[in-house]
Amino acid sequence: MRRLPDATVAHLRRVADWPELPGDRYEVLEAIGQGGMGTVYRARDRVLDREVALKVLRPEVAGPEWTSRLEREARVLARLEHPGIVPVHDVGALADGRIYYLMKLIRGQRLDEFARTVTLSEILRAFLRICEAVGFAHAHGVVHRDLKPSNIMLGAFGEVMVLDWGIARVAGAVEAEPPSGTPARAAAEGEDTAPGTVLGTPGFMAPEQATGAVHLVDERTDVFALGAILRSVVNARPEDNPIPRPLVAIWDRAMAQDPAARYASVGDLSAEVTRFLDGLPVHSYREPALERVARLYGKYQTAILLVLAYLTMRLLFLVLRGL
Amino acid sequence: MSSPPHGPQRVFPTTRISVVEAAAGSDPEARRRAFDTLVAVYWRPAYLHLRLKWNLGREEAEDLTQEFFARAMDRGFFEKYDPERARFRTFLRGCLDHLIANVRRDERRLKRGGGATHVSLDFAGAEEDLALAAARGSEDPEALFHREWIRSLFTLAVDALRAECLESDNRIRFEVFARSDLDPVEGQARPSYRELAAEFSLPVTQVTNHLAWARREFRRVVLERLRELSGSDAEYRAEARELFGMDPP
Repeated sequence: MRRLPDATVAHLRRVADWPELPGDRYEVLEAIGQGGMGTVYRARDRVLDREVALKVLRPEVAGPEWTSRLEREARVLARLEHPGIVPVHDVGALADGRIYYLMKLIRGQRLDEFARTVTLSEILRAFLRICEAVGFAHAHGVVHRDLKPSNIMLGAFGEVMVLDWGIARVAGAVEAEPPSGTPARAAAEGEDTAPGTVLGTPGFMAPEQATGAVHLVDERTDVFALGAILRSVVNARPEDNPIPRPLVAIWDRAMAQDPAARYASVGDLSAEVTRFLDGLPVHSYREPALERVARLYGKYQTAILLVLAYLTMRLLFLVLRGL
Repeated sequence: MSSPPHGPQRVFPTTRISVVEAAAGSDPEARRRAFDTLVAVYWRPAYLHLRLKWNLGREEAEDLTQEFFARAMDRGFFEKYDPERARFRTFLRGCLDHLIANVRRDERRLKRGGGATHVSLDFAGAEEDLALAAARGSEDPEALFHREWIRSLFTLAVDALRAECLESDNRIRFEVFARSDLDPVEGQARPSYRELAAEFSLPVTQVTNHLAWARREFRRVVLERLRELSGSDAEYRAEARELFGMDPP
């Protein structure tokens, strides 16, 4: 029995879980984050001499079925070319069976960190860009399923990037006709997540996802998560003025327990937020008369003040002329 | 360095029953093997704890380390362990402190030998650890206990893995693992995959495969031992998270 030196013990603790990618193209440098689904590492691509992000999924998400499914989905994700969606370079299985993704390495600020430093309107504008990216994915039949503030990064110039499409669902090759009046169900076919399999993050996970009812997962599952994100980041903002009630109504509707009671699409949700930002009434909130006056005053404050000033001057003029 | 009373291959019980349970059980053979494991993992942390926390001299610490495990075996210390109340290693450290407090209170010193059944322990090596700890500056006795506990756990796991690999056809896998992860000394760069490939005349892909396999096996062995040494599943999971920063499967 040879006593292990401190450095060896520390090294073993670090590498016992270390991903070894096939070949020697990539050098794994350091772990940069850990989430419910796995660990993210910073790695270097020796051929292209650039840094990439390596996400290794937990061992539970392993095996040939998962590999083939995720490879198929990675192909779909690779076609999602949108400035708000992080590009996936490669997907595969490590020697120990764990599944990995190689992605663009994103540098910036996480949405939850960003929200703690900016105003409400800046938060809402960032939120709309998130909705654009998610809506784009939905239009291509992809449901993210793990949207949360820590999966969204903001760059130095306010650009938004939605990360971690590792457990996204992609519509099957044979798409059924969606029921009339309901959104296209991204996961209606190609049911390749076993019923009862729960993937996602508590607090941002819709009830149908939390209970493993995979057949009910569709784009409204992401609408729920977006509502939870909206609530989370608005509550995190540094301003201590009260939260506008229409905003609360928006996330309440987005987070309805029954998917049918939510916004039918991300577009509908972002339209509501846009209406709020523009000072227009939102459909999800029945506005009392006083609040309506206050909102109209807020929206048309300058015009109202100008008219009032004009009327006052006019009145003064008439009064003075009458003297 | 002297070995524990039984070789590394025989240290661990072959069943998956917790060592903690076995040490408090009624089967004499299982009890003896469980105690061998507990001594192998805990004697060095216990000895250093006595030296550092209680400022005992070398001889007294050696005697009390032997005495502690002998008493634990004879008097069923571990039967009182309640996993709901503490982690096993915290409980064991508490037993050790309790023993010292009793010895001091009674103003009774154990005679060297004391009738206890001695096992061969490398106290000189432990003294080197103590000198290293002193060189690092003031170290919390609790932190030192924890550090030495991890070292003992890993050392036993490496020995067990080596034995397994030598018995099977995995000698080369262990050799690549040892060359990459065990051999390099502090301050020395670890060999790259290419260097390992050249040294062992293997393709680079094979080197990464061997390393991935050996590290995975090492982690498996550590987790198995950890499970055996834990008083409860919650304790096992908490210890595994602390060790490897992840939940065990």
